[in-house]
Amino acid sequence: MPILSYIAGPREGKKQELLEELNRLNYCEAFPADNVDILILVTDTPDKETEEALQKRLKHMKNMESLSMTFGYNDELYEGERNDSEA
Amino acid sequence: MTVKLDRRSFIKSAAATSAVATAASLFPGISFADWKKQTGSNGMITWKKAPCRFCGTGCGVLVGVSGDRAVAVKGDPKCSVNKGLCCVKGYHSVQALYGKDRLTRAQVRKNGKMVEVPVSEALDLIAAKMKETIKKHGKDSVAIYGSGQWTIPDGYVASKLFKGCIGTNNVEANARLCMASAVTGFLTSFGLDEPMGCYEDIENANVFVTWGNNMAEMHPVLFSRMLAARKRKKDVILIDFATRTTRTSQAADKSILFRPQTDLAVANAICHEIIRNNWVNWDFVNKHVSFHKGKTNIGYGLEDHFAFKDKAENMTFEEYKEFLREYTPEKVEKISGVPAKDIRYLASLYGDPKKKVTSFWCMGMNQHTRGTWINNLVYNIHLLVGKISTPGNSPFSLTGQPSACGTVREVGTLTHKLPHGVVMKEEARKMAAEIWDVPVSNIDPKPTYHTVEMFRALDRGDIRFMWIQVTNPMVTMPKLKRYRNGALKEDRFIVVSDVYPTPTTDVADVILPAAMWVEQEGMFGNSERRTQHFEQIVPPPGEAMSDTWQIIEVARRLGFEKQFPWGKDEYIGKIWEEYRRFHASPKHNMAPYEVLKKRSGVQWPFVNGRETRWRYNAKYDPAVSNGEEFHFYGKKDNRAWIWARPYEPAAESPDQEYNFWLNTGRVIEHWHTGSMTRRVPILHNAVPSSYVEINPEDAAELGVVNGEMVKIISRRGEIVMPASINGRGVPPRGMVFVPFFDEKYLINEVTLDAFCPISKQPDYKKCAVRLEKA
Ligand code: SF4
Repeated sequence: MPILSYIAGPREGKKQELLEELNRLNYCEAFPADNVDILILVTDTPDKETEEALQKRLKHMKNMESLSMTFGYNDELYEGERNDSEA
Repeated sequence: MTVKLDRRSFIKSAAATSAVATAASLFPGISFADWKKQTGSNGMITWKKAPCRFCGTGCGVLVGVSGDRAVAVKGDPKCSVNKGLCCVKGYHSVQALYGKDRLTRAQVRKNGKMVEVPVSEALDLIAAKMKETIKKHGKDSVAIYGSGQWTIPDGYVASKLFKGCIGTNNVEANARLCMASAVTGFLTSFGLDEPMGCYEDIENANVFVTWGNNMAEMHPVLFSRMLAARKRKKDVILIDFATRTTRTSQAADKSILFRPQTDLAVANAICHEIIRNNWVNWDFVNKHVSFHKGKTNIGYGLEDHFAFKDKAENMTFEEYKEFLREYTPEKVEKISGVPAKDIRYLASLYGDPKKKVTSFWCMGMNQHTRGTWINNLVYNIHLLVGKISTPGNSPFSLTGQPSACGTVREVGTLTHKLPHGVVMKEEARKMAAEIWDVPVSNIDPKPTYHTVEMFRALDRGDIRFMWIQVTNPMVTMPKLKRYRNGALKEDRFIVVSDVYPTPTTDVADVILPAAMWVEQEGMFGNSERRTQHFEQIVPPPGEAMSDTWQIIEVARRLGFEKQFPWGKDEYIGKIWEEYRRFHASPKHNMAPYEVLKKRSGVQWPFVNGRETRWRYNAKYDPAVSNGEEFHFYGKKDNRAWIWARPYEPAAESPDQEYNFWLNTGRVIEHWHTGSMTRRVPILHNAVPSSYVEINPEDAAELGVVNGEMVKIISRRGEIVMPASINGRGVPPRGMVFVPFFDEKYLINEVTLDAFCPISKQPDYKKCAVRLEKA
């Protein structure tokens, strides 16, 4: 169940459209920078298949110029830590 | 289930935080007002204001809280310091609260081993030990050593207990190691501490000169503001004047390198050129400046009990001009390695009446055996051309810690200081005695030990009991071995209040678990005279409590209930209002508690409901009373002082045997000794260990490649650590640089405990070492 964050660059003049499009997608939350043409995207998918499908979808969005990952978290890797905090 | 949801939400916040931090490093000045809306939409996170825990910039942050856990941080768009921006440390700061080895229980050494005890037992023991030590060895055998990371109430109650109630001036703070020269610089040049300008200078200046100050890493948010101003205005230039090439040099329009210690000569040469070209602002100088000289050949403080007192003598402008004759650009080029044409260029920038110039500095000028002098000399430049106390014209001494200004300089947690004035002055003692409700005879008129001398006194046995709060001297003291051995001697009793185990808790007899940052209410004071209040946002873990409350508990056990009467739900507000009485004048008035609570910081002097942005300027400063445009009211002659201060060499320079300069400092990812930031995975992974930066040619001669181990040897000790070649910083040939954040590599085993005889601040930037391939 990965949680990832990205900096997304919209095509020229398409920041608002891209923002709305991303926020309509399942498992996605996006918010814009006020003074620079970029968006922050956080994705939180339940399983590997959904994650792969979402990645594919993101790659083909026509209002998206660039997408670079800044953070990656996968539950499986952090099982021990999570159990600690739930204890 | 809730915990699980919170956990997931926490990770999502961390993911967003990380993206925002990355964006901030790519686009200086970027802000995200909608972040709040977005994360708040699920109703799980509430946002509360606080100043950042880490550096002296004092960025306003909003801490996201879910349940009783802080889960995210973002820049506070309402805070004028950072306007919504943070650096990578700020964005990840809440994670520093939740390291796995957080101290949550008190510990006491029993039969050589630390064992957990109820906190009340530890507090009883501390009070009993203090009583016993005072009885056996006198009041000056007990000491407290605090920090520029103390909140204002922490420092205030420490001073009240030790100076007012116990009657010893054994109160010092680690800010002695980071800004004492800035203080003595201000006092000798202006008679009053702290900058005249504010961060708005950044948007108003055309020229920035960073004097030995790697702002890109140490004050990144201010640096971003500078770069944003340069991008927006087109006529802005940045000159980096430094001893090594850093990220600041890389971003600058021009990088000028000078040999260590020779900034003194270059500053004088700039003044020489300003006068030679008649760029002096005579109207300003005639009305507002007087000329002075002090003692020379003033020593380096290397011996125990070193004492020095400067003596100011008046001089005329002509005598000052004569003094500068030695500092022609050509002569200074020989000393400093700075080409004469670059010195002339710098002088022309300061001298051009159409340009507004801001000079920034921090540790490079303060951690200097002539730290007071170099502060004076940069003020000289600004004063000669009248570029001071107006928007964009600003000699700006930055500070490193979040409350070095608020707690150490303003509260006066140094041996010679009181919250208002110095212990040597009767009226200051009388004022303190009245506000503290103690007999005036309690307050000793004689200062005792500055920080280095305090640790020497511990080693000698003059001090037997020391309480260390919010700082890590067993990493940061220069010539560390002597002071660690001193602390470990028989019949020394060391109490350490901290949030994580450190090399300092290793030498403790009692460890008190402390509340950290927003686990308590408090105030910090940043570099631009801004006091920033924060409420308790989350509970401290286990039996941890604020450093203020620890001191109150011990004070009451020592019999000072009358002086420390406050209840747990009101003490911060009450302490603030008591403390504020010390500064009740147009020159220093502080904002009331209720005002502080509402705003993300208030600048003092706060007079008639208004903050003062530029001091000494009639347009902005209500304390100006001479009917002129400017009034330097800190000095008795109502003028700012220009000082003739010569170039004198460092305490220890490279020679044939020890042929390299050693320079030490920080990196952007880590705060001070790394005790908090090394517990934040993202920061730790970014720079997991310290290293020694070596010039590529020196490395080639040594036969060392990147990552190979190098032995650094000085007359004090040695250390083996990995080499960094062509990393983020590149020293010139003959110099190495080591960040001090990593307790695995204690670089202060090697450094020298020489200090500025006026400020008593050690020089961590210069000593001689030799290198061997390990
Ligand atoms: S610049 Fe300093 S105050 Fe601002 S976020 Fe970074 S560490 Fe915190």
